Amino acid sequence: MTTVLTLAVLALVAIAIWQMTKIFELSQLKAERAQIANDNDNRKNGYMLFAFMVFTYLITIFCFWKYTKFLLPEASSAHGEEYDFLMLVSFIIIFIVQFITQFLLHYFGYKYRGKKGNKALFYADNDRLELIWTIIPVIVLAGLILWGLYTWTNIMEVNDEDDPLIVELYAQQFQWTARYGGTDNVLGEANVRMIDIDKANVLGLDESDSYSADDVIVRELHLPVGRKVNFYMRSQDVLHSAYMPHFRAQMNCVPGMTTEFSFTPTKTTAEFRKEPDVIDKVVRTNKIRAERAAKGEENSEPWEYDYILLCNKICGKSHYNMQMKIIVETQEEYDAWMKEQKTFSQTMNPAEQ
Amino acid sequence: MSAEGHEHGDDHGHDDGHHHHKETFVTKYIFSQDHKMISKQYLITGLIMGFIGIAMSLLFRMQIAWPGQEFPIFEAILGKWAPGGVMDADMYLALVTIHGTIMVFFVLTAGLSGTFSNLLIPLQIGARDMASGFLNMLSYWMFFLSSVIMVISLFVEAGPAAAGWTIYPPLSALPMAQPGSGMGMTLWLVSMAIFIASSLLGSLNYIVTVINLRTKGMSMTRLPLTIWAFFVTAIIGVISFPVLLSAALLLIMDRSFGTSFFLSDIFIQGEVLHYQGGSPVLYEHLFWFLGHPEVYIVLLPALGITSEVMSTNARKPIFGYRAMVASILAIAFLSTIVWGHHMFISGMNPFLGSVFTFTTLLIAIPSAVKAFNYITTLWKGNLQLNPAMLFSIGLVSTFITGGLTGIILGDSTLDINVHDTYFVVAHFHLVMGISALYGLFAGVYHWFPKMFEGRMMNKNMGYVHFWVTAVCAYGVFFPMHFVGMAGVPRRYYENTAFPMFDELTDVQVLMTVFALVAGAAQLLFAYNFIASIFTGKKGPKNPWDSNTLEWTAEVKHIHGNWDGPIPHVHRWAYDYSKVDENGEYIIPGQDFVPQTVPLQKDEEELQH
Repeated sequence: MTTVLTLAVLALVAIAIWQMTKIFELSQLKAERAQIANDNDNRKNGYMLFAFMVFTYLITIFCFWKYTKFLLPEASSAHGEEYDFLMLVSFIIIFIVQFITQFLLHYFGYKYRGKKGNKALFYADNDRLELIWTIIPVIVLAGLILWGLYTWTNIMEVNDEDDPLIVELYAQQFQWTARYGGTDNVLGEANVRMIDIDKANVLGLDESDSYSADDVIVRELHLPVGRKVNFYMRSQDVLHSAYMPHFRAQMNCVPGMTTEFSFTPTKTTAEFRKEPDVIDKVVRTNKIRAERAAKGEENSEPWEYDYILLCNKICGKSHYNMQMKIIVETQEEYDAWMKEQKTFSQTMNPAEQ
Repeated sequence: MSAEGHEHGDDHGHDDGHHHHKETFVTKYIFSQDHKMISKQYLITGLIMGFIGIAMSLLFRMQIAWPGQEFPIFEAILGKWAPGGVMDADMYLALVTIHGTIMVFFVLTAGLSGTFSNLLIPLQIGARDMASGFLNMLSYWMFFLSSVIMVISLFVEAGPAAAGWTIYPPLSALPMAQPGSGMGMTLWLVSMAIFIASSLLGSLNYIVTVINLRTKGMSMTRLPLTIWAFFVTAIIGVISFPVLLSAALLLIMDRSFGTSFFLSDIFIQGEVLHYQGGSPVLYEHLFWFLGHPEVYIVLLPALGITSEVMSTNARKPIFGYRAMVASILAIAFLSTIVWGHHMFISGMNPFLGSVFTFTTLLIAIPSAVKAFNYITTLWKGNLQLNPAMLFSIGLVSTFITGGLTGIILGDSTLDINVHDTYFVVAHFHLVMGISALYGLFAGVYHWFPKMFEGRMMNKNMGYVHFWVTAVCAYGVFFPMHFVGMAGVPRRYYENTAFPMFDELTDVQVLMTVFALVAGAAQLLFAYNFIASIFTGKKGPKNPWDSNTLEWTAEVKHIHGNWDGPIPHVHRWAYDYSKVDENGEYIIPGQDFVPQTVPLQKDEEELQH
């Protein structure tokens, strides 16, 4: 990779130097029109436009060939499948339009490069043409808008149907905390004004609220597969954004208000790790990490792919490392894990145990 | 002022010439009220700010590609912010923030619109100067002052503003949340407040000038598209910039006077703050009410310049003049009702998101019409591939590439997973950053002879500049879409905390190498620009064989532009290669008919 880059840079530098020498040759000309494109310039730059069109196609192909495997794996949430399909269709439309328009633009630039004596066509208007290329985008966009809005309304509808698991995502500089509703599946009241660091009430739960007693506060998000999860987000200091890319889920966390998002995870972490493209990615990544280990560099321990929650709204110095692991597991595994966790009242009153 | 006084006398062109004032060095070069000098002041200030902004981007690109690496150049430039040559994380965010601020406001708003509105509005509509030369001067000097304050803010003890160019509170409001939110942010806000005042003074002047000072025969439908673009841009600016001022003022009050417009329920560094009842989402609404029209404030002048440059160099009329004007108006109108697409996942009501999706995708329609019209303008032309023409073609190319991904981001559903990732960064850099920069370059190459009394820039250096920039711009921003689709968030100091991003490091390196080469190519432009001011060869009076009025004005800059009476206009600006029924050019042997040429016998004024 690096060699290719170095060569590319060298080639560009060489071209630059070659062109620079031409500049000095040509700067000898003292004619008044010396700095205005002549037939020779038009010819050369016409060919360059054609070459540039080829370049835009090549870089597109190169990126798809080399980088498609880097993209996020298939969605692991119920609505994510529809998201992925809408994305695919949008991309197909985009690439058709991109291919055609870039071709026309650069090809015309090449084909109609100027030559002394050529006569351009005085062509100022054509209502029918303009109608066509107004109507076609209108139709295509209308389709995309309707489809997008339908999907959007479905995704953003957060309701209590299907017995959703209630989870709070709590953001602060620079860490995430999750709170479960506990056995009653209801979150107790909370506000930053009730935070009591000395008593380890870091999320500001209302101790007098009976719903908060069984709440479970954790630093690793566990979700049972196949059950809808309703997330309620809070932030205690600045804006954060709860970004769960594998589930096609994101929502900002805003101090002073509670925001919400809902999705149903469809694959356990174990199932996810068995998918071929995920396996490949882990192999590739661990190869890179092994190379680092050999050189004695940091971030070199072998890695297992996990779902992850990232902060995706600039929040300060360590914004780049504000994360929480997400584990999707079977109901039994989830129940077993949950049993081990302490409830809010247990952490607040350890003496009563 | 003086310009107005003469204006009335000249209004119908019966006065013979213009009296020269005795000018001192100060009134001619510094506190000049002449639009041509003010335009040069805008351009040079904008280019210097651009140099700072681009240099910053190269520094943080190096950090992303080689995270944590020691670069002596970091320590040399950043000093205590790069101990041992390793960039500090706060400084990274500051660089990102100031890069965005400088490029959007100081380079692409003031540097682009300020320069060319000032230069071209009086010259292309046939006016002696702006409606108010004094306000124009004031506008520039306020811009200069705001630039100086912004640059000063880079040197404060705790570092410059670092909350992202959108400076969302509470991060930007609380010094304990981030060191840059102290004095650095105060200066940022002061600088922007002055900038907004400057922009408003400028815009009002542009609007009044276009409405009132057009020469005889220059009806609105005969205006060159550049003027339409500048005119409408100024109107959008007047509508939306005041809202940003209100956001900035309320933020200043929250920061300094303890109000709670944007803040509520905050616990930070071990204590609860008193703020109650405000909402950061309100700030986001106010910010983007300017922020989105701002995109078009940046882009429309570039598109206007492209229309003019492309038509002139294609030796063809711009295709669909009326549709182009209608598109500009439609974009201007729609641009003020799409701001919410920056906020789909801000916590705003999802229904509101639906409305903004609808309006956002609507704005794609006039944009598409413009792109198609440009392409058709090239069809069957006799293309003179001057550097300005290449930059115009380049603009259409990046405008399409960047615009198309807008269909993804404008769709609230698809936005969910690419919001605030590198996909967004790639999208807006292509569609507004690179496109508008190309527009700026096209304008500089094309109107350089008008600005510098007939001197021309070296075309071969221009070609090298264009081709290296064009290749590198795609080299940086095309792969960036893939980084975003892989889920990499923007504004991360490094991506090493997430093993899932490990294999993307190669892509980051590739983009950074392209960025560094692109940066080097701009040095060639800088050299060409400076050298040509002093030693550029003088070209003909109308070097590009253009129809518009500015090329009939005196080559040597005089106050009042035309030594004799102001020319009258008899036709639109796009009679290139127009032929009579025998297939002969209207003016034999000349493929263009300047606007000052009366309609010939039996000639129809058609097609627009």
